[in-house]
Amino acid sequence: MAEKLMKLSEAVKKYDPVIGLETHVELSTNTKLFCPAHIEFGGDPNTQLTPVSLGLPGSLPVVNKAAIDYAIKLGLALHCEIEEWSQFARKNYFYPDMPRDYQISQYDKPLNGNGYLDVELDDGEIFRVPIERAHVEDDAGKNTHVGGADGRIEGANHSLVDYNRAGVPLVEIVTKPIENTGGRAAEIAGAYVRTIRDIVRALNISHARMEQGNMRADVNVSLRHSPNDPLGTRSETKNVNSFRGIEKTVNYEIRRQAALLDEGGEVLQETRHWDEATQTTAGGRLKTDANDYRYFPDPDLVMVHVTKEHIDELAKQMPEMPRERRHRLQAEWNLADNEMRDIINADALDLIEETVKAGASAAGARKWWLGELSHEANAREVSLEALPITPADIADVEKLIAAGTLTDKLAKQTVMGVLAGEGTPNEVIEKHGYKVVKDNGALEKAVEDAFAANPDVVEKLKSGNMKPMGVIIGAVMKATRGQADAKAVSKLVIQKVKG
Amino acid sequence: MASTNELVKLSASQMAEKLKSGEVSSKELTQAHLNVIESAEPSIQAFLKISGDTALEQAEDADKRRAAGEELPELSGVPIAVKDMIVTKGIETTAASKILEGWVPPYDATVVEKLKKAGMPILGKTNLDEFAQGSSTEHSGFHPTNNPWDTSRVPGGSGGGSAAAVASFEAPLALGTDTGGSIRQPGALTGTVGVKPTYGGVSRFGAIAMASSLDQIGPVGRTVLDTALLHEVIGGYDERDSTSIPEELPKIVKAAREGQKMDLKGLKVGVVKEIGGEGFQPGVKARFDESLTLLEQMGAEIVEVGAPHFPYSLGAYYIIMPSEVSSNLARYDGMRYGLRVMPPEGVPQTAANMMAYTREAGFGDEVKRRIILGTYALSAGYYDAWYGSAQKVRTLIIRDFEAAFEKADVLVSPTSPTTAFKFGEQIDDPLTMYLNDVATIPANLGGVPAMSIPAGLSDDGLPVGFQFFAPQKRDDVMYKPAAALEAALNEKWQAPLWSNLKTPWLDSANQTVEA
Repeated sequence: MAEKLMKLSEAVKKYDPVIGLETHVELSTNTKLFCPAHIEFGGDPNTQLTPVSLGLPGSLPVVNKAAIDYAIKLGLALHCEIEEWSQFARKNYFYPDMPRDYQISQYDKPLNGNGYLDVELDDGEIFRVPIERAHVEDDAGKNTHVGGADGRIEGANHSLVDYNRAGVPLVEIVTKPIENTGGRAAEIAGAYVRTIRDIVRALNISHARMEQGNMRADVNVSLRHSPNDPLGTRSETKNVNSFRGIEKTVNYEIRRQAALLDEGGEVLQETRHWDEATQTTAGGRLKTDANDYRYFPDPDLVMVHVTKEHIDELAKQMPEMPRERRHRLQAEWNLADNEMRDIINADALDLIEETVKAGASAAGARKWWLGELSHEANAREVSLEALPITPADIADVEKLIAAGTLTDKLAKQTVMGVLAGEGTPNEVIEKHGYKVVKDNGALEKAVEDAFAANPDVVEKLKSGNMKPMGVIIGAVMKATRGQADAKAVSKLVIQKVKG
Repeated sequence: MASTNELVKLSASQMAEKLKSGEVSSKELTQAHLNVIESAEPSIQAFLKISGDTALEQAEDADKRRAAGEELPELSGVPIAVKDMIVTKGIETTAASKILEGWVPPYDATVVEKLKKAGMPILGKTNLDEFAQGSSTEHSGFHPTNNPWDTSRVPGGSGGGSAAAVASFEAPLALGTDTGGSIRQPGALTGTVGVKPTYGGVSRFGAIAMASSLDQIGPVGRTVLDTALLHEVIGGYDERDSTSIPEELPKIVKAAREGQKMDLKGLKVGVVKEIGGEGFQPGVKARFDESLTLLEQMGAEIVEVGAPHFPYSLGAYYIIMPSEVSSNLARYDGMRYGLRVMPPEGVPQTAANMMAYTREAGFGDEVKRRIILGTYALSAGYYDAWYGSAQKVRTLIIRDFEAAFEKADVLVSPTSPTTAFKFGEQIDDPLTMYLNDVATIPANLGGVPAMSIPAGLSDDGLPVGFQFFAPQKRDDVMYKPAAALEAALNEKWQAPLWSNLKTPWLDSANQTVEA
């Protein structure tokens, strides 16, 4: 059943959208939040367990200090007030993937409160997103529904539970209502979550891969007639797990709610789900039927105490923040805004920076990662960093080009060899004998052979028509198996024609 | 060598001496207790599970370690019973609930690890009220336990099994858990010594949770010194329990030995004005007053102290405890371990329905009653009125203790208002049953250590308990007067209280021993 949608441009003219985001970031600690179970993505089901993470009778949680430190760093990056005393509470509800049938989360005494994040929009404008809190909690396990058509619980004949993820530390970052977005609500939402991703990567506290579920967001949207009105009823779209999905969810909900309100209808306070296949959100359960979670302070855990000195210590370890870094690198690399944006959008900033650090020019590094390698990553449907080639490899190739040891064409072949798993650039060059022929004797002979084989072309060249020179160069390249330096060849040809 | 009868009637510290001198081996001592268990269980029913084979292996190992000259703790080789609320690797652990029937833990509680390290063979797992919820052990999901002093009466609860096992000489020592009096009240009703240590003084890791902010593991024995020795084995900081106190234990055994000198000069003993009066049997009151006189005769100064908020402790307890119970017992849902009951035909076979049918079948009435109470107390809109207010009362009780300990070194009261009652007498009247813990609950709410020792027999011929409280982290402070009072009473009676206990099961055990 398709829902009525209003055109976005019309919707934002008629209504003032207010959004709110709850972003879950999985921390990349070695062990779980409350026990020493090792964490690894993709392990066999139910192998990363202890009595604590399985909630066995008698087991007790103990807070992983590393997770608290990670969360404090995130709080500092979000300009939050870091609380000296924070507390874990129990959120009680029955669900098969919850080993204790309660989640341990922070409720009325979160670690990080009251901050903000400045996000840079496409046109360079800075938008300040107000942060309500960033608290720590543990993740649930994972249910797999078997026997149904689409992996959903409806129609399944049984379900499997994997508790490996149960107990993995999360930080939930909750914004205050984000107002005054105008028509840019979706763009702001996307930029905000991307900025969080960049920050947690810079802090090295999360793998932050949305496709692996390291990050996911709940998207709240409500409309009101004017910014002076009180907030409208909101919908909450749960667990959106891609940047594009977040942006599309915001726009879809604005359009859906606008159409609904326009007809005199009422927005229901409900949880919804973003469906990538249909590009729509679908209604879930009404919030009024929601669980009463019966929060109360977890008596198994003493309050978390963080001293001012410890916070100062962590503050000293804070790396450069992504936006500052971007501006610095753009200046260092002498790039235009749009060139820099291409790098950001391609997720290639880290790779290019490392390639430059390894000795390549910025232009060279950029050319590789946005050109040939992006193309290859697209073809393989993987991220750039998942390609089997390192920034150091690219830097090596670039150095060989600069030294005249490789032609552009040979360089490309070398890179392809590395991607094909044939080894390091030098190993690939060795294996295939990729070397620029600099021996003038050999080149001269190849040019003479080409002249002999193409007398008509030589005639044209001699008459001053240089257009068909490519035929000669092509023949020379063929004879030298591509290892001739094209510039040297054309120089020779010109010499011969004139001479 | 000594007969089984003589051996098992020794105190644990006397057994330890005989083990040290080589007069008896741990294997012989353990076998003697297994013999008593075999002959006593039909009438006492203190155990849910007897682990005789592993106990004998552990005993042999303890003997080997001793023979090899290893430096061993004093209680090495002395066997022990463990309340079935504490998890034991490889030995079925049920909390006396059908919902956990057949569950064999893959890990040991910290206290069990410590027993093993000390070389103390584990005889078996003792009975309790289901999930330690009750004051009579009648709420066990499997069977009741009988009071060795009168088998038509309850042994108290929830730790009736541990208390009865120690009282009947099935075990010289046992572990209990105390949330509102579950170690001390059975101690009083069976004429044994029961100690609830300072909250955080003994690791709770591996103690099945009832009410986490109140639960504490503690020792059960027949003498104050025996419980002190065991307390030092199981106590101390554990990084696996966030609420564990990161400090060294006070010198408990030293304090108990000091007390045996019967000199209490300079000690101020505070009688808690608010505990006693209505509801307390005259015989309980009489034994309490006699003990006060003995303490005074040993040089202690007796003062009266007020604890104005103690009368509210029962009310606060019955909000806080069920609230935590409702959350702690959520995990028994049929998903991962223990009982699973599928919905009957015609009812959708969903996870939610399976959970509901499992919990309906697996939990007993008292457990369900408390889960419902606690779920209500934590509900949105009620939280502040119930749980919030109860926590405020708790703070006031903690302040009462602090103020009282400025006036006295230790506080004292009767442990239980009555002696052991008959089976079925209170089972249908939860409120009367809850009143059994009126004297013991303040210690749990305040987090302070407290212990019960036998103070004699009431006019009905049944044991009466005398309770000491000490300040937080100062468990040693109560062991001294407790040991002194015990010595004075023994001197007065010219024998320990248990010499009055008729033990027909020991006679039959004696006939069957000596291989």
